[in-house]
Amino acid sequence: MAKILIVSELNQSSLPKSVTIEILGKCKGHQIDVAFVGAGPSEAGSKMLAEYGAQNILVLKSDKLSSYSCEGYSAAVKEVAKSGGYHYIFTGATAAGKDYFPRLSAELQTGLASDVTNFTWEGDKFFGTRPFFAGKCLAKVEMQGSGPHLISIRPNALGMPTEKAAAAGAGKVSDTAVNVSEVKALVKSIIKAASSKVDLTEANVIVSGGRAMKNAENFKILDELADVIGATVGASRAAVDSGFAPHAMQVGQTGKTVSPSLYIACGISGSIQHLAGMRTSKVIVAVNTDPEAPIFTRADYGIVGDLFKIVPILTKEFKALLGK
Amino acid sequence: MKNIFVLVKQVPDTETKIIPKADGSYVEVTNIKWIMNPYDEFAVEQSLLIKTAFPECNVTVVRVGTVSDNECLRTAMAMGADDAILVESEGLIDSFTTAKAIKGAIEKSGRTPDLILSGKQAIDDDALQVPQLLAGLMNLPSVSVVVGFEVAGNVVKLKREVEGGSIEIYELNAPLVVACNKGLNTPRYASLPGIMKAKKKPLAQYKLSDVGVSASDTKVKYHGFQLPPEKPAGKKFDAMDDAKAGAIVKDVVGLLRNEAKVI
Ligand SMILES: Cc1cc2nc3c(=O)[nH]c(=O)nc-3n(C[C@H](O)[C@H](O)[C@H](O)COP(=O)(O)OP(=O)(O)OC[C@H]3O[C@@H](n4cnc5c(N)ncnc54)[C@H](O)[C@@H]3O)c2cc1C
Repeated sequence: MAKILIVSELNQSSLPKSVTIEILGKCKGHQIDVAFVGAGPSEAGSKMLAEYGAQNILVLKSDKLSSYSCEGYSAAVKEVAKSGGYHYIFTGATAAGKDYFPRLSAELQTGLASDVTNFTWEGDKFFGTRPFFAGKCLAKVEMQGSGPHLISIRPNALGMPTEKAAAAGAGKVSDTAVNVSEVKALVKSIIKAASSKVDLTEANVIVSGGRAMKNAENFKILDELADVIGATVGASRAAVDSGFAPHAMQVGQTGKTVSPSLYIACGISGSIQHLAGMRTSKVIVAVNTDPEAPIFTRADYGIVGDLFKIVPILTKEFKALLGK
Repeated sequence: MKNIFVLVKQVPDTETKIIPKADGSYVEVTNIKWIMNPYDEFAVEQSLLIKTAFPECNVTVVRVGTVSDNECLRTAMAMGADDAILVESEGLIDSFTTAKAIKGAIEKSGRTPDLILSGKQAIDDDALQVPQLLAGLMNLPSVSVVVGFEVAGNVVKLKREVEGGSIEIYELNAPLVVACNKGLNTPRYASLPGIMKAKKKPLAQYKLSDVGVSASDTKVKYHGFQLPPEKPAGKKFDAMDDAKAGAIVKDVVGLLRNEAKVI
């Protein structure tokens, strides 16, 4: 049995982000603690963690941890990594996880397998798989040397566990004081994005628009569809470069790599760079007027048609289906 | 601002068809068109913008990679960087080894960095590790995914893009490491005189062992490279005829619920 720490983050409802549960599901049978930096989960949140097998839930506390910082988070996790004697430390490959886990790797002098999309155990030994070249190929990852080994997991890639742990963990919540020395790069202020939607990289459903959207105004029809099915809206680079959408919305090799359950591509041709960013989506729907568009070779469900006609019908049908 | 180091990586062009090697040790790299990692272009450009404001500034580009082709270091110098360092490596190496090699190379240059710039990510291994790892090894602060950059004296003001397009604002003193994102600036093209000049600019060359790296620095091993499993062909529906579109879309929505079970 390996000793594992999962460093989690909270979502807007003070529940652990779903990638934490995905990781817990895959680590069944090992001894697992979960840590939060700064603030811990709600009671419902810690109950949920226990049901999926979490033993101890550590809330790392220091007056330097009231907001995110790369140095602060790294220092905090480093302290429990050492005192807890963990073999593996996991986190989600979120904006924060991608930022501070590499620093932690330097500070612990151990390796980090980043953006892992699947893994298995042979006894206590971890065997991971991660994409290279934006998913154009896959490679196996093995950790070298002594631990604690660091692993970041791409959200939505593992999938939620189909059942809870056979024996629930204790789920014991405790505050743990950690020593964080000076933080030099501290967030002074935040400019909130207009949208409060889940980030593309963590979204479970995505609706994307391409050059065929013609202008920024037309993205409204995608927003309407997205609202009905709880999706985040993305865009192709052509749409971004034409000024229809901000770069934060770009999906692809030089944008965001996403792996939602459902990806709906509207008026996107399916260039190699766009496909690279979304090919791991579980189900792909494409709407395109050109029956020969490359996107159709990747689509599970292809609709040859004009997006300006098809998208509003999709919205209407989903509304009916979901009783909205 | 006196010494800026910019990390650049040479990667296969984004159009490249990736073919895993027969033994799965990496991918085929012969007959590939190499480019400077697109995100690194923003880092090089940023260093040159700073150099315009602080003319006494020296910009050094650093690359860890195979020697066969040094195009991207020459390109960076043609754009305006002053000199370059290459640390030769063989085949695929992990992020820890790379960061440690860069640290060694910077120390060997004898110059103390005020700023270290890089792209936020290299589009070959997509590991997103080296800048923050290097900052950790050098005990410097770092800010990644940067889309806004201002320098006033020794103070650096940065905008970092996070979830959902929100922006975090940082203000801190140099030295630090900054990993740049698209949108930060518009990288310049190398001019013809620039290309000529670049040929004469100094390029220092080291081996991994010269910069204090050994085999035991490998912390992550990659192998078993293979193509992702091909998806079976999907279903395609012709909905160009407006009269049929309604029924077809209704069918697809039904399939998403009952067959694909994603809604
Ligand atoms: C270095 C580099 C990096 C890149 N990185 C990325 C990246 O990260 N992400 C990315 O997306 N691209 C990237 N690209 C760009 C990529 O090569 C393509 O140019 C881009 O993806 C095309 O976007 P598109 O599909 O929206 O536009 P197009 O290729 O122009 O496709 C538009 C599609 O819309 C269809 N259409 C037109 N009208 C309608 C209608 N009314 N209804 C339905 N369909 C319609 C057309 O049939 C066509 O298939 C990159 C390119 C380079 C060189």
